[in-house]
Amino acid sequence: MSPSLVIPLLAEAVVAEDPATRFIRLLTVFLLAMWVGFEVITKVPQRLHTPLTSGSNAISGITAVGAIVVAGAMATRFGSLLGLLAVILAMINVVGGFVVTHRMLEMFNPKKK
Amino acid sequence: MSSQAWINLAYLAASMLFIVAFKLMTGPRTAVKGNYLGAAGMAIALIAACCEGPVVERLRAVGSGGLVMVGIAAAIGSVIGAWMALKYPMTGMPQMVALLNGFGGAASTLVAGAELWNMTAAAKSDAPAVAGLAAANLAPWTQFAIATALTGLIGAVTFWGSFVAFAKLEELPRFKQAWTNPNRHWINLGLAVVTLLLIWGLCIYPRSVLLYWLLVVVGSVFGCTLTMPIGGADMPVVICLLNSYSGLAAAAAGFVIDNSVLVIAGSLVGASGLILTAIMCKAMNRSLVGVLFGGLGTTTAANADDVYAGKVKSASAEEIAMVLEGASRVVIVPGYGLAVAQAQHAVRELATALEKRGTTVEYAIHPVAGRMPGHMNVLLAEADIAYEKLREMDDINPTFPETDVAIVIGANDVVNPAARTDPKCPIAGMPILDVDKAKTVVVVKRSLSPGFAGIPNPLFAADNTLMYFADGKKAILDLTAALQKG
Repeated sequence: MSPSLVIPLLAEAVVAEDPATRFIRLLTVFLLAMWVGFEVITKVPQRLHTPLTSGSNAISGITAVGAIVVAGAMATRFGSLLGLLAVILAMINVVGGFVVTHRMLEMFNPKKK
Repeated sequence: MSSQAWINLAYLAASMLFIVAFKLMTGPRTAVKGNYLGAAGMAIALIAACCEGPVVERLRAVGSGGLVMVGIAAAIGSVIGAWMALKYPMTGMPQMVALLNGFGGAASTLVAGAELWNMTAAAKSDAPAVAGLAAANLAPWTQFAIATALTGLIGAVTFWGSFVAFAKLEELPRFKQAWTNPNRHWINLGLAVVTLLLIWGLCIYPRSVLLYWLLVVVGSVFGCTLTMPIGGADMPVVICLLNSYSGLAAAAAGFVIDNSVLVIAGSLVGASGLILTAIMCKAMNRSLVGVLFGGLGTTTAANADDVYAGKVKSASAEEIAMVLEGASRVVIVPGYGLAVAQAQHAVRELATALEKRGTTVEYAIHPVAGRMPGHMNVLLAEADIAYEKLREMDDINPTFPETDVAIVIGANDVVNPAARTDPKCPIAGMPILDVDKAKTVVVVKRSLSPGFAGIPNPLFAADNTLMYFADGKKAILDLTAALQKG
């Protein structure tokens, strides 16, 4: 097959990924990430559990990505409104989470003057 | 490379940064860098989101209006978030984290709701390709349908559960008492059944936007009724669990919009919350089901009068200062009462005064002391106490027999020797700090009132225990003054 034939075929394969394949792809990602999470987080010592909680809390604000896409696409008026509200809430979570974690960690490392 | 490939690459980079951020959380010095990397990952993911196909298409079609609105919304959220994070006092960290967590959950619910609304609108579109794709997603039992239902539910439970947890920790009057309606298990069972029916309904008939919002409403009520019965000392477990939920809600939202960075970041957080939940449960020797549905049993193992009768010795600041003067090793055991009394700075001053006399001072931290995991560590760190001096339970327990004085401030159940000795008491088998093995134990407490478990503490009546009845902060300040005078 010549390369010019292969590329359209591949493109079609990506567009028409069947639902089961898509689900299994995401499920793979989900389970592997859970596994990595378990492995990495079991090593965090007790004294850092509060910053860990607030730091992971900030990362759970990743849903802001979904909110931006939904709001930015402006497909429907009501959908965009919900999306914009989600952007506000998720950004409170993200920024609040990272800032508060930083504040806590600063206290663990008193400044050397 | 197509632009979507670049976006996915950016998401991959963000995911890697999140994992490294968690990895660096293992040490207090590297954790600062970890937090920066996490924030950098988030920034990359957010910028990539602005370049997603639908957003750019809209930008080309009608101009930058949509993206500007998103920017304004993001700015509003960021300012509120930063303001909250900088304003809130360190003693209020548990409720602050609970509140932030709730917002994340609510955002996931809204994303799924918006996506469902847009999808049903697209199914009516004039363009056959768009309508066809939407119709395929809105068929029964698709990934879209199931994930949308789960996101709506978990997000709603997270938001309202976190809100109730916040209200409890903030001690808002209506939420202060645990909800102990005897019918609560039936109410929860009923809600669980309705929830399952609604999920099932939505999976069969995903076009029904009404079913989705009904599910969100029921999930909201469920979030409240699940959290309301849980009392103060079980809060660390609830905070961890809600943290895990907010991650899982984000991961489920990732399945809705077919986005891997949401799935990865969400499941990392989900895993982290679950591990912390397990650690907290283990530290209390209780099962998760027991914490969530049990409440503590009413079986009182011993009568308070029998335990305390005539055996409790109360001492003044001067008497305790004299004991401390002869001590070469002192261990301070903080509990939630220390946070309530805001006595962390006073404790530091006492420790400094002791150290000036050549006494070794260390701190024994029980894993569930306080209202969130690691609460005491943060509190004492705020008072500039070096983290090397904060020792974990398994590490410090063997040293109590060589300890001259153990000072217990605002802790109760975590130092109750009945957990070791009385197999019938509600906290039997819970790992405790063995302060009773120290030569002298000083307990700073306002009264003999029981801790969260509602049981008397034989430690208070032990031969080697001196009770110092006073407010935590005032007690420590007086003690320091007496020590410096003597």
